[in-house]
Amino acid sequence: MADVTLRDVRKTYAGGVEAIKGVSLKVADGAFCVLVGPSGCGKSTLLRMIAGLETVTSGEVDIGGRVVNAVEPAARDIAMVFQNYALYPHMSVYNNMAYGLRNRGLARAEIEARVHEAAQILEIEALLARKPKQLSGGQRQRVAMGRAIVRHPKVFLFDEPLSNLDAKLRIAMRVEIRKLQRRLKTTAVYVTHDQLEAMTLADLLVVMNGGEVEQIGAPLEVYQKPATTFVAAFIGAPPMNLMPAAHAGPNGWADSLPPGAVVGVRPEDLMLGQDAPAGGLRLPLTVEAVEHIGAESFVYGKVSSKAAAGDDVIVRVAADATPALGTSVAVTASRDKLHLFGADGRRLAD
Amino acid sequence: MQKQAVFQSRLLPLLLIAPQVAIVLVFFYWPAAQAVWQSFLLQDAFGLSTTFIWFENYQDLLRDPDYFNSVVRTFVFSAAIAVCSLSLALLFAVMADKPLRGATAYRTLMIWPYAVAPPVVGVLWVFMLNPSLGVLAQGLRNLGFDWNPLLDGNQAAALVILASVWKQISYNFLFFLAGLQAIPSSVIEAAAIDGARPVRRFWTIVFPLLSPTIFFLIVINVVYAFFDTFGIIDTMTRGGPAKATETLVYKVYLDGLLGGNLGGSAAQSVILMAIVIALTAIQFRFVERKVTY
Repeated sequence: MADVTLRDVRKTYAGGVEAIKGVSLKVADGAFCVLVGPSGCGKSTLLRMIAGLETVTSGEVDIGGRVVNAVEPAARDIAMVFQNYALYPHMSVYNNMAYGLRNRGLARAEIEARVHEAAQILEIEALLARKPKQLSGGQRQRVAMGRAIVRHPKVFLFDEPLSNLDAKLRIAMRVEIRKLQRRLKTTAVYVTHDQLEAMTLADLLVVMNGGEVEQIGAPLEVYQKPATTFVAAFIGAPPMNLMPAAHAGPNGWADSLPPGAVVGVRPEDLMLGQDAPAGGLRLPLTVEAVEHIGAESFVYGKVSSKAAAGDDVIVRVAADATPALGTSVAVTASRDKLHLFGADGRRLAD
Repeated sequence: MQKQAVFQSRLLPLLLIAPQVAIVLVFFYWPAAQAVWQSFLLQDAFGLSTTFIWFENYQDLLRDPDYFNSVVRTFVFSAAIAVCSLSLALLFAVMADKPLRGATAYRTLMIWPYAVAPPVVGVLWVFMLNPSLGVLAQGLRNLGFDWNPLLDGNQAAALVILASVWKQISYNFLFFLAGLQAIPSSVIEAAAIDGARPVRRFWTIVFPLLSPTIFFLIVINVVYAFFDTFGIIDTMTRGGPAKATETLVYKVYLDGLLGGNLGGSAAQSVILMAIVIALTAIQFRFVERKVTY
């Protein structure tokens, strides 16, 4: 059990490329922290720095109150689950899980007890004698998890562990990872590019972009109050609608904003209907495409007002209220549903 | 999914494989059959009369202590060459696999010796180690070592093994490097996190994962030591001194071409052929099955 603290951690590669531009972060003991961001944002690099697989150029990586910058991966008391599982192909499932324990010189009986305990938790007892290539993707995933939990590490590190699974299995494993982590109460740092995975797993969500942290917070807090336009567009599917405030038309609130301000509104906060609530937003739309996904539909429209002509807007509506293609509708949102950002992309005070 | 091609006529597929079959027939089966036939014959010293003597050539061979010595020598040579060139090549490949500056140049330099023909290798090493004009020989003698491979059979054997190993390292190096690079880095990283130090990581993870490559190379190296060292031996020692470097292949050449014992030499080459066929069979049977994980 341990907390993980990063203090102004930076990573500069030999060529001068700055991959991590100063990240500070505190993951409480037992918390599930998810690093999320587009590919190339540095989230995997950051995770590998916590693991000790990448050197730290400056700053401090602290696990359980001990600065581990110069400590070997093996001595950091962490376990990592890799994207491709990284199972030892020539070893049986049992030996895959026992390897780390043998290297640490545990007694044979203790190793056997731990492996069987982990196998039982993950329901892979029947597979212990098999080789990795005789397993399905989901089973390999479980073995990789088993290899991590037999060690009883201080911290679990996950590097996109679900991205090689099919959609259905991914959701099932996601739930299982969460349950397992709750049960073991081990601190976890999890890297993913999938915002849905991030939202559902995290106690603490860290949104990264271009080697920097855009926002740290509880998932719902990040969703409801995105700190930047990047977070607003990245978290949530379909993404938040963003447009220059000037496009929102003559409005009391819009006129008082600084130049270059951006207004954002989530697809589910837009209502079909003519009458704009006082002080809110009203946009006339031409419906260009509709996605039916069952209980609800996503309407893709182009704004036809003079100020914002050509802007794309996505609206989430109930299935029975879906407008027909090519029709003109008006959508509105009340003032309290609008997110306002300055020209620099940062959230303006509400 | 259909992987087999379907031909309308019978003639086209036969025509397509005809060139390959013709080449194999003319350059392998015909000479091989001739060698087998030859090995049952005895010619008189002047080549005027030939008698069919069944297996007498083989019986003579197996009773000949010279031949027995040559068999032992060849196996010792192959074992020494395979062990030395494999272990050195593996060592070099592990070094070259590290992400170091200049690794590409180093790899290229490692591969060059493979482009040198065996007789040239022989000449090269003879020049360096010739007792009267070799640079290295001079050095050895300065160190107080009585170096004279022209007289000392063991030294001559060491010389041939040294040159053969040097030539074969680059070939093995190429395969080892490819094998090492095929091991996912995350597997190595997982082992590092699992608490395995570099040496243990090598023996418990890398080495077992390389085992298909190692087995393949063992067979290739033994075949190399058996046959391709001919050029090296011919330029360096010509089988001498006192037969100390006379391997099976070189003995075939000496007895048949220089000694004129066509029947005996043919019997020797038939035995060699059987050895190669056995080696190839072992390779096919085991490389495919046992060593894969």
